[in-house]
Amino acid sequence: MGARRKRQGGYGLLAYALLYLAFLYVPVMFLPLFSFNDSAFIAFPLTGFTTRWYSEMLADSAMHHALLNSLKVGATVSLVSTFLGLLAARALTRYRVPGGGLVLGVTSLPLLIPEIVLGISLLILLNAAAIPLSLYSVVAGHVLVCVPFAITVLMSRFEGFDKSLEEAARDLGDGPLKAFVRVTLPLALPGIVASLLLTFLTSFDEFLIAFFLAGTDATLPLYIWGQLRFPFKLPSVLALGAMILVASALLVVLAEWVRSLGVRERSPTMVGA
Amino acid sequence: MSDGFLHIAGVTKRFGDVTAVDNADLGIARGEFFSLLGPSGCGKTTLLRMIAGFEFPDEGEITIDGARITDEPPNRRPTNMVFQSYAIFPHLNVFDNIAYGLRRERPARVELRKRVEDALAMIKLEGFGGRRADQLSGGQRQRVALARALVMRPKVLLLDEPLGALDKRLREAMQIELRQLQKSIGITFVFVTHDQEEALSMSDRIAVMSAGRVLQVAAPRTLYEGPNCREVADFIGTMNFFEGTTTWVEGSNVVADAGAAGKLKIANAPEFARKMGAHVLLAVRPEKMALALTGAGTASSANRLSGTLAAAAYLGERSHYQVRVEGFKEPIAVAAQNEGPEPAAHHTGASVTLTWPADAMIVLPTD
Amino acid sequence: MALAEQYGKPAGRRAPGRLGRLVRRSDAAKGYALLSPTLLIMAAAMAAPMLLLALYSFWSQEGTAVDTRATLAQYAIAIGRPTYRALFYRSLAISGLVTLVTVVLAYPMAYFVAFRAGRAKFVWLILLTIPFWTSYLLRVFAWKVILGYNGVINSGLMDLGLIREPLSFLLYNPAAVVVTLAHAWAAFAILPIYVSLEKIDRSLLEAAADLGDGAVRRFFRITLPLSMPGVIGAAVLVFVPTTGDYVTPTLVGGSTGVMIANVIEVQFDRIGNWPLGAALAMASMAAVAIVTILFVQAARLATARVR
Repeated sequence: MGARRKRQGGYGLLAYALLYLAFLYVPVMFLPLFSFNDSAFIAFPLTGFTTRWYSEMLADSAMHHALLNSLKVGATVSLVSTFLGLLAARALTRYRVPGGGLVLGVTSLPLLIPEIVLGISLLILLNAAAIPLSLYSVVAGHVLVCVPFAITVLMSRFEGFDKSLEEAARDLGDGPLKAFVRVTLPLALPGIVASLLLTFLTSFDEFLIAFFLAGTDATLPLYIWGQLRFPFKLPSVLALGAMILVASALLVVLAEWVRSLGVRERSPTMVGA
Repeated sequence: MSDGFLHIAGVTKRFGDVTAVDNADLGIARGEFFSLLGPSGCGKTTLLRMIAGFEFPDEGEITIDGARITDEPPNRRPTNMVFQSYAIFPHLNVFDNIAYGLRRERPARVELRKRVEDALAMIKLEGFGGRRADQLSGGQRQRVALARALVMRPKVLLLDEPLGALDKRLREAMQIELRQLQKSIGITFVFVTHDQEEALSMSDRIAVMSAGRVLQVAAPRTLYEGPNCREVADFIGTMNFFEGTTTWVEGSNVVADAGAAGKLKIANAPEFARKMGAHVLLAVRPEKMALALTGAGTASSANRLSGTLAAAAYLGERSHYQVRVEGFKEPIAVAAQNEGPEPAAHHTGASVTLTWPADAMIVLPTD
Repeated sequence: MALAEQYGKPAGRRAPGRLGRLVRRSDAAKGYALLSPTLLIMAAAMAAPMLLLALYSFWSQEGTAVDTRATLAQYAIAIGRPTYRALFYRSLAISGLVTLVTVVLAYPMAYFVAFRAGRAKFVWLILLTIPFWTSYLLRVFAWKVILGYNGVINSGLMDLGLIREPLSFLLYNPAAVVVTLAHAWAAFAILPIYVSLEKIDRSLLEAAADLGDGAVRRFFRITLPLSMPGVIGAAVLVFVPTTGDYVTPTLVGGSTGVMIANVIEVQFDRIGNWPLGAALAMASMAAVAIVTILFVQAARLATARVR
């Protein structure tokens, strides 16, 4: 009797979970849905299948520029923030650092400060230092926001580490750097790749800080923002958005898969856990 | 200790307020199977890690074969270590794990292969070269860790509680194997364990440690029969203790008044006990005592004590008894072979008499 | 035995001096050396801007120049002007509501993944993670499309014949902001709750069952209290950023759904009164901080009293 009751309760929760998932995904699904709709208005009923919005969007050279800018910024940001995150994650997990909790708190601060405050204060700083706004300023702002993510991803990878693995390498003849390269790095590689992918994605999709810090070169989110004013442009924005969503989802799946490589014993944790 | 091959002189290590190792002095001979034995937190692992080079002493020196290695990094020492967690590299297979340290010298492929395969044969895992770490059992991983260290031909092999994670049967088999291996290769082993039976069965000599200090260094038998202090006596095996004051001395024979235990006769007493009125701590091993039902015609023996049988545990070839004696808070432990058709194990609550000879009495200093 | 030959490695070449010994041994020194680039960059990149922001908030804008005489005039405006005050309250209220909704809805989801998902756990986590990482802008835009006058809901309902005229109350108001924010931040709330649920030692629940508690009692006496740190964390993680959100009120808020970030942005964009903008930003951060601290304290007190 008790078992059956438990099963029913279990189904209730499962139904809730599925509904929740639907709630998360369905609103976003309208973007790709209407991007194939043969109508300039984003409204029901659906009038027919077309790919003209995609061709329109793909032909837009301004979009190309913005995409290229976003890729450049994203790649730079992911490399820099992953590198900085690597140093910090290694320092915090490998060595007995006093005040480590405080250090972690400081490096996580960008997550708690509202983006608008970060944006305007960085703007003030650049203005005061007479540094012109450009993609570089965007990179700087993004690195600030991405380093906490990089640290989190990498720390969760380093924490499960058997410290004696590196000691064994040293015992067998390797100097400290060699031991790191031959033993720790290969084992940390999934975490590094995941960090690169996720910080890239964060930078690629970031809007508000870029809004304040970009000069004349637009990133893709800024380009989209600009297009939102024009109703007739909306369907091609949907097309772009749909493509970005699919690409992002694939990157996330890839990052999580890479992150879980060789971590069979540990229970899976969400990114950022 | 001038013939010390591995010399630890006045080594002290502190972590903040805690002194993990306090002025340790040890001389370990070449080719010896030497164990560091003690409870958790006694400093044995810290000491081992200082020999390996993962910790550095605050005071003192460590020398191996005449060369001072105190400050050398671990990769420059003639030592290799078998880690408690085995530390098998998960991203390499068994062959590459064992070959790991050899690759630095960039040996010829043929030679590398030969050395690794010899090592695999030595640990009886021939053909396992292609296996990955997660395909190995605990015992296999332990052996791979051993081979990986030995293939480097160290002057001293360090083992950090390598058998702790194995189940009893495997552990006992590995103890024998390790000992045989050590004898056949002939290099010095320094073995850390908290299991005194393990240390006693495998070692040439043992250093018993507690709270960072080395209490006694001796061969297993000496430690067992002649501990030098209460802590060692208590840690190795079970021991019954009595406190007393000497009342009669003749040569090396002493009688001490031990209160509720009566007058105890001691043969071969050490110097410090051979005077009148000396306060001594007396100890006797459970298996040195004979137990019989009171009135069942006990053999005459130097020392005797009467009490009630409080508990008995039958263990097959022998039994362990707990006897309540007037005036003693803790029961006396007695271990005796089960001979005859009616071992006393059947008579809990009965009145029993314990007897033991004068030379079974161990005298320890009171501190 | 082939291995019983020459043993031993060459002894070290140089023994380092006392200083080398000291530096080499200090774990903390090594750790901080490794940390320093990241720590310095992060600290500098956040400290300097925030300091400047604070400075600006005490200055004033005179025409095109900035008067750097210290004054509290901007704060007087930021906190004193009724429109701004109302905006503060509204922003806090909207965020508060969003936080409540997201956390309450996220909890059962996190519970499901932690306790019931079994082998599919990893799949569920990935599915829940994906929205977390996709473009925030696009997700808000999706809601604009859905709630619009000619949008998905309206046209759909009309197409189905359920309504004759589009519903105008769907978009450009605080409610739209709340719905959009709740959806956008839903994934954020799950994460901390899940982590703290996952950490609960299952044998605690078994012990509770052994001592007589049924499933519901076990939940309220063991699971919920032990997961409170995660719940509080999730609440803070959602509340703090949403008060300062810009994109959502701009796209779906209309004139009644304006939030504090909108007026801040205006000072930095069109009007160009940076000192006022800075003061508004500082005041909003202070307000959020106060509310958050009060909330965390209250939540901790409430949890501590669960027996």
